[in-house]
Amino acid sequence: MPEKPVAPEPPAPDPHDAHDRSAVRTLLRLWPYVRPVRARLFTAAFVAIVASCLSLVIPLVLKWLVDGPVADRDPSGVWLGALYLLLLGIAEAVLFGYRRWLVARPLSGVEARMRADLYGRLQRLPIAFHDRWASGQLLSRGTTDLMLVRMFLAFPLTFLLVNAVTILAGYVLLLAQDWSLGLVLLTPVIPLVVVCSIFEGRYGVVARRAQDQVGDLTTVVEESVLGIRIVKGFGRHRSQATAFRELSGRLRGTELVKARLLALIWAVITFVPELAIGAALVLGTVQVADGDLSAGTLVAFLSTALALRWPVESIGFLLAMSQEAATATERYFEVMDAEEEPDTAPASGGTSAAPDRAAPGTTAGGPGGVRFEGVSFRYPDAPADSPPVLDGIDLHIRPGETLALVGGTGSGKTTLTALVPRLHEASAGRILLDGEDIALMERDRLRSLVSMAFEEPTLFSASVGENVLMGADGTAGEPELRRALGVAQADGFVERLPEAAATQVGEQGLSLSGGQRQRLALARAVVGRPRFLVLDDPLSALDVHTEARVEAALREVLRETTALVVAHRPSTVMLADRVALLSRGRIAAVGTHHELLRSSEEYAWLMSGEGEGGNR
Amino acid sequence: MTAQTEQTEQRTGDPFDRDDLPAPPGATGTLLRSLLSAHRVRVAVAALVLLVKEGAVQAGPLLVAYAIDTGVPAFRAGDHGPVLAVALGYLLCAALSGVLQYVFVRGAARINQDVLLDLRGRIFRHSQILSVDFHERYTSGRLISRSTTDVESLRELLSEGLQELIGVVLSFVSISAILLYLDLGIGAVAVASFLPLSFLVRVYRRRAGAVYAERSTAIAGVIVKFAETMNGIRPVRAFRRERVNETEFAALNHRHERSNGDALLEMARYVVGSRLVANTAVAGMCLWGAHRVASGSLELGVLAAAVLYMRRLYDPIDRLGMFLNSYESAAASLSKIAGLLAQEPGVPETTTPAALPARTGSPGREVTFDKVRFAYRTGGEVLPAFGLTIPAGQTVAVVGATGAGKSTLAKLLARFYDPTDGAVRLDGVDLRDLTTPDLRRGIVMVTQEAFLFSGTVAENIAIGRPDATRAQIEDAARAIGAHDFIKGLPDGYDTDVRKRGGRISAGQRQLVAFARALLADPAVLILDEATSSLDVPGERAVQRAMDTVLAGRTAVVIAHRLSTVEVADRVLVMESGRIVEDGAPADLVTGEGHYAGLHQAWRESLVG
Repeated sequence: MPEKPVAPEPPAPDPHDAHDRSAVRTLLRLWPYVRPVRARLFTAAFVAIVASCLSLVIPLVLKWLVDGPVADRDPSGVWLGALYLLLLGIAEAVLFGYRRWLVARPLSGVEARMRADLYGRLQRLPIAFHDRWASGQLLSRGTTDLMLVRMFLAFPLTFLLVNAVTILAGYVLLLAQDWSLGLVLLTPVIPLVVVCSIFEGRYGVVARRAQDQVGDLTTVVEESVLGIRIVKGFGRHRSQATAFRELSGRLRGTELVKARLLALIWAVITFVPELAIGAALVLGTVQVADGDLSAGTLVAFLSTALALRWPVESIGFLLAMSQEAATATERYFEVMDAEEEPDTAPASGGTSAAPDRAAPGTTAGGPGGVRFEGVSFRYPDAPADSPPVLDGIDLHIRPGETLALVGGTGSGKTTLTALVPRLHEASAGRILLDGEDIALMERDRLRSLVSMAFEEPTLFSASVGENVLMGADGTAGEPELRRALGVAQADGFVERLPEAAATQVGEQGLSLSGGQRQRLALARAVVGRPRFLVLDDPLSALDVHTEARVEAALREVLRETTALVVAHRPSTVMLADRVALLSRGRIAAVGTHHELLRSSEEYAWLMSGEGEGGNR
Repeated sequence: MTAQTEQTEQRTGDPFDRDDLPAPPGATGTLLRSLLSAHRVRVAVAALVLLVKEGAVQAGPLLVAYAIDTGVPAFRAGDHGPVLAVALGYLLCAALSGVLQYVFVRGAARINQDVLLDLRGRIFRHSQILSVDFHERYTSGRLISRSTTDVESLRELLSEGLQELIGVVLSFVSISAILLYLDLGIGAVAVASFLPLSFLVRVYRRRAGAVYAERSTAIAGVIVKFAETMNGIRPVRAFRRERVNETEFAALNHRHERSNGDALLEMARYVVGSRLVANTAVAGMCLWGAHRVASGSLELGVLAAAVLYMRRLYDPIDRLGMFLNSYESAAASLSKIAGLLAQEPGVPETTTPAALPARTGSPGREVTFDKVRFAYRTGGEVLPAFGLTIPAGQTVAVVGATGAGKSTLAKLLARFYDPTDGAVRLDGVDLRDLTTPDLRRGIVMVTQEAFLFSGTVAENIAIGRPDATRAQIEDAARAIGAHDFIKGLPDGYDTDVRKRGGRISAGQRQLVAFARALLADPAVLILDEATSSLDVPGERAVQRAMDTVLAGRTAVVIAHRLSTVEVADRVLVMESGRIVEDGAPADLVTGEGHYAGLHQAWRESLVG
C-alpha cells in the first residue's frame, strides 16, 4: 500500500526503473537531509499514532459514562468519568500540539538546508551549465519544489504511516469481529492497489510537467524584467503578456489534467470501499436474519468500517502529494547530480598534452608570464562535428607585458579570456601561469592570481566600496579603494553619489550608467594589484576624455602586471605592448600595432573599418 | 519575538527595501473578491455538489439503522424487499458520493486554476505597464516571488479552502442547532464555548498574519539573492564570491526558515488551545448533563444523543485551523500582490488618444522638447526647462560627460519617463497623448544593454515587428551585417539562444538589437550608447544602415565614439542638463568649444 521511506537505504537512482518504484526511490534520496531530524520525525509519527488512538478512546469513555454512572445515577462515578474525559482531552490536545511542535523547526530546517545546498552547488557548477539552464528553472527548484518536499515530510509521510497503521489495526478488529465479513471488506484492497499504482505513474508524469512549466513561467517573468527596456522600447508589453498568457494557460491545462486524475482516483477510492461496506451490510443483515450473527456485532463491525473511511479516502491526495514531492525531488537532484567542476584536473583530464602535464619542470624554472600551448576549446555540449571555438592557440605573454587581443565579432576573444581563470576548461592543450599549469592549480588560488573585468560590468547588491574591494581578498582597505577608483577615474562620480563609496548599488540599489558600472568593474579588477590581469574590452562605454584619463592611469597599473586585454579600438590597443590577432579561433598574427597594420589586411580592417579585410 | 523586533526595525526606510509597498486599506479583500466574483455561480454549484455529497455519505448510518430495524425482521418474515432496498440504496449512495466527489474536485480545480490564471495575468500585465524606474527598484526576484510563491499560497487556500470552509460551517451550524433542539442548556454551553474559540481564532489570525507577511518578504529576499547570483555567475566565480555569497544567502535563508518555523508553531499553539477549549467543554457538558440526569431534569436518552453530537461538534476545529492557516498565508501573499497592483504606472497610457498627422514626404518626424523639466525620484534636477527642436529627418548626436543628462533626454523621448513639467512632442503631438502602438511605431530606442530573450534568434529580431516575415527578418539582419554570423550558428536563424551552440557575444547581441530596431522601421530612432560593444567594422555597418535603410529618419545618437557622431547633421554638447554647444560637426570642430576638444582627443585616440 502506501510507501514510506523508513529504512535508510542507500540512494540508488535508476531512471529506467519501473515508474511506481522510482517515486519511492526518488524520495529515499531525501534521507541524508531527513537523517539529522529523524528522531523528531519518528517521534512525531509515533505521537500522531498515539493521538489518533486517544481520539478513538474518547468516544468509548463517553459511551461508558452514559451507559454506566449516568444510567446508574452514580454521582462519584460521574465526577470520575468527567475527570477521565478532561484528562484524555488535555492529553489529546497536548499530543496534537506536541506533534506539530516537534516537526515545525526541523522541517523548516530541512527545507533551508536543501536550499542552501542547491545554492552552494549552483555556485560551483561549470559556467557551461549556467549557459544552458534558464535561471527561472533553477529558481523554481529552489523555491516551489522545496516547499513541496517540506509539505511531503510534514503531512503525507506521517499520515501515510498513521493511516496505514489505523487501517491495519482496523482490519484486525474487523477480522476479529467477523472474519467472513472482514474478508468481504478486504476484496477491494487488490483493485485499489492496482489503481493507485497506475494513478501514481500517470500523476507523476503530469506533476513533473506542471513543475517544469512553473520553471518556464519563472523564466518569462524574470526576462520580462531584465529586458524591460526592450519591451518598453518596442512597445511589446502586449505581446509579452500574450506569450505569458499562453504559457500560464498551458500550466492551467496541465493542472486541470492533474485535477482530473486526482478526481478520478478520489472517486474510485470513495466508491469501491463503500461498495464493499454495502455488500458487508447486506450480507450481515442476511446473517443476522438467519441468526448467524448478533445485531450488536454487525453494528460494531460497521461502525469500525465507517471509521476507517477517512483514512482510506485520504490516501488519494496523500499519494498525489507524495508523487508531486517525488518529481520535485527528482528535479532538485537533477541539479545536484550535475557534475561539479573538479578543483584540479584529474591526471587523465581531457587534454592531449597529458604526458608531460605532471612534469615537475613545469613549476620551477619554466617560462614566466602567461603561456598558451596548443589550446583548443569546444563547448562541452557542442555537437561533435562543429568546428572548435578555439583551435590550437599558441601564445606567450611575457612577464610584465600587456598583450592586446583583437579579432572580429565572434572570433572567440571572450572565450579565450574565460579560459585563463578557468571559467571554462580548455578542451586540449594547456595554459601556464609563470610556468605552472593552471589545470593543476586550485581554482581559488588561480582566481586570486588572475583578476578580471568582464565585457558586461556586473555590480552586486552591495555598496560601491564593497563591490570594488571584492577584487582584493579582504586584504585591501580604504587607501587601495581610493587608488583603484582613481585608476578607473571613478573617484569623481563616486564622491557625488548620495553616500559616496557607501552608496548601495546593484540590483537592489542605485542604478548607475553603463560607463559608471564599467569603471567600477575596472576598479574591482585592479584593486588587488593582481599578478595577472584579464580585461575584456574594459573601456567601451567611456567617453573619449574619460577614456584618455583612464588609459593614462591604467598604463601605470599595467606596468606591474602581466595582462591580456581584449580590444575593439585603436585607443585600447595602444595600452598594449603587442597585439595578437584572433581569427576564426586561431592566432593569425602577433606583433606590434604598427607591424600588424602593415602586414595584416584583416587587422587593418578591424582597426579602421576601411578596405575589405578578412573575407566578410 | 525576534521576527517582530526585526520587523519594527524595518519599518523605517524605503518601502521598496522593506518589500512592503503600500496598498489602500481593504485592498487585499477587494482583490480576493474581484478574483472570485467572476466565478460566483461555479462556487455556488461546487458548494451544492459538496453538500449533496456529504448528504450521500451521511446516509450510510441511516441505512445501517434501517437494515437492522426493518431489514432483519422483514427478511426473517421472508420479505427480501427491504434488504434489496438497502443494497440498492447503498449502491446508489456509494455511486453518488464517488461521482460527486469527482465532479467537485474537477469543478473546484477549474475555479482554482481560472483564478490563478487571472491573478498571474494581472500581476504580469501590471508589471509590464509599470515604469522602468519601478523595475529598477523592485527587482526581478521580487516580481518572481509575487508571481510564483505568493500565487502558490492562494492556490493552497483555494484548493482546500472551499472544502474546509463548507465542511466547518456545515458542522457548526447543524450540530449547534441539534444540540439546542435537544437541550437548551447544553446547547447554550456549546454556543458559549464558541466565545473562547473565536478569541483563539482572533489571536491566531493576528499573529499568523504577521508571521506570514514576514515569511513572504523573506522568501522574496531569498529569491532576489538567488537570481542575482545566477545572473552574475561569471564575476561570482572570477572574484571567488562563493563563500561570501553563501554566508549572505544563509542569513536570508535562515530568516525564511525562522518565519516558516514560526508559522508552523503558531499553528501548533492554535491546535493545542482550540482542542483544550473543545475537550474541556465536552467534559463540562457531560458533567453538567449527568448531574441534571441525576436530579431528574434531563432524560438519559437526550444526554446520550447530546454527548455523541458534542464530540462531532468540535471535529472541524482542526479543519478550521487548516483553513485559517491557508487563509492567513494567502492573505499575506495577496496583500503583497495588492501592493504591487496598487502601484500607479509612472507613464500611464492615455485615455484620450490623439492621432499623429500623416507623414509628409520624409519618413522621419519632428521632435520637440518644450520647456521640459525633469527630476528623478532621488531628487536633483536633471533637466531644467529644456528646449529643443529636431526637424524631421535630422540626425542629431548628443555628447557630454556622464551625468550631463544625455540618457535622460533619450529616456524622455522614448517615454520611459514623463517630464515633470513641459512636454515632449512628436510632430506636434504630446507623447502622453499617443497610444502605445502609435508611440512605438514612431519612436524606437536601442540601448547599450542588448538583452536576448529565450527563444530563437529570429524571434528576438522579430520583437521589432511581430508580424514580420522571415525574409524581412533576414533583410534587417543583412542590412546591419549580422546575417553572416547568424547563418553560422548551428540552426541559423532558428538557433535557440539558450541551447547548445547558441552562445552569442556581446557585440553580436548588439547587432541583433540593431536588426530589431531596423525591422521596427521607426520614424525616430534613438541610439543610447548602442554601439559600445561593436568593433569598428560593426560600427561602420550601423552607419551604413543609417544612411540607407534608415535614411530620412529622425535620429538621436548618444555615443562616446565620435565616429558615430561624425555622420550626424548636428551635434549637441550637453552639460548639467543644458545644451552648451549646438551646430554642425564641421562648424564645431573648428571652434574653441567642448566639442572641438573632444574631437581632438578622439582624433588622437585613432592614430597609433
